[in-house]
Amino acid sequence: MKKHLIAAVMSSAMLAPMFVANTASAADYVIDTQGAHAFIQFKVSHLGYSFVMGRFNDFSGDFSFDASKMDQASINVDINTDSVDSNHAERDKHLRSPDFLNTAKFPKASFKSTSVEDKGDGKFVVNGDFTFNGVTKPLAIDAVMIGEGDDPWGGYRAGFTGTTHFAMKDYGIKMDLGPASANVELELVVEGIKK
Amino acid sequence: MLNNSSTEYGLITIFIHWISALAVLSLFALGFWMVDLTYYSSWYKTAPDIHKSVGILLLFLTTIRLLWRFWATMPAPMPTHQQWEHQSARWAHRIIYVLMLAIMVSGILISTADGRGIWVFDWFQFPAVGELFDDQADIAGAFHQYAAYSLIGLVFIHAAGALKHHFIDKDSTLTRMLRVKR
Ligand code: HEM
Repeated sequence: MKKHLIAAVMSSAMLAPMFVANTASAADYVIDTQGAHAFIQFKVSHLGYSFVMGRFNDFSGDFSFDASKMDQASINVDINTDSVDSNHAERDKHLRSPDFLNTAKFPKASFKSTSVEDKGDGKFVVNGDFTFNGVTKPLAIDAVMIGEGDDPWGGYRAGFTGTTHFAMKDYGIKMDLGPASANVELELVVEGIKK
Repeated sequence: MLNNSSTEYGLITIFIHWISALAVLSLFALGFWMVDLTYYSSWYKTAPDIHKSVGILLLFLTTIRLLWRFWATMPAPMPTHQQWEHQSARWAHRIIYVLMLAIMVSGILISTADGRGIWVFDWFQFPAVGELFDDQADIAGAFHQYAAYSLIGLVFIHAAGALKHHFIDKDSTLTRMLRVKR
């Protein structure tokens, strides 16, 4: 009995600062890469007949938003490019090489938002600077708010999806996969836990 | 005829030696060339398939060769050669075997890091070893490349030695690996 009481007192003492922090910065979220509830998937045409899909396994980031003031939202994501995974060891090795991502020289890619346009209806466009293969260029992501609310484990979550595409040549990627495969499509799932 | 004697190589040793030599030189040339092919080259897929298939067959042959080497009589070093020549030839041969094995094993580690086996032509599939350590494909790949360069360097010295004995010393070092005495 006594043990339970001590445990209850101790855990509430430990949790208290978290509740305080919650109210202090209500709109900041860390992307739940720890629980793998976020995905950066890519899709490239294979010869024009089909697609190769893959993802980056290792990334981190945070965002900040308030659903009623979407145009003030912001997001930052850092990607470790050597975590590229297309489910094929030889292809992944080739993707990490200087023919593609040159991960030894440019181990990090990043996206830093610069502005957000609210399109209404839960849709918005995130403009930002995308750094990839050592090249930084503006990139716009079409995003949709999926939902937000309490999770069953005492946290608060919010989730979005996004899509964008860019030409590999624009980011200095050397390998030529042919005209049908010049572009990469990115599909993002971003779930954040309120800090 | 088939077996070695204490002074001469037999047909089995000679055959394995030259098949291996041909395979190593071809694998090196093919490997060196194939990694720079463009995506739309008709060899882009075929060349690595052949490289891997021939490489695995060479691994089998080399395993048999090493067993054969321990089991069979090997001819003594040429009596006309100096002691240092015996020693350096012996070490060169040992290092060639070690490099060949290391190259072939690292090649397998590149291709099978994702758990996929390797098809040897369309005959059978060599089983995957899977990912034994982090960054396996990259580390094995870099090792494979530099070990292959080292092997070719050593093969060059090995061949230069044989040619020197043949054309300058005019002894039977090379000919005893070329023809079988009865
Ligand atoms: C003695 C035998 C072998 C030799 C001399 C050899 C030589 C080479 C060379 C010179 C390269 C090009 C390296 C580069 O520039 O990156 C290469 C690449 C390669 N080899 Fe081998 N190889 C041998 C056996 C094997 C075996 C047994 C396998 C696998 C079953 C294999 C799989 C590969 C693969 C997958 C590549 C491509 C690596 C990449 O993507 O960069 N090789 N090899």
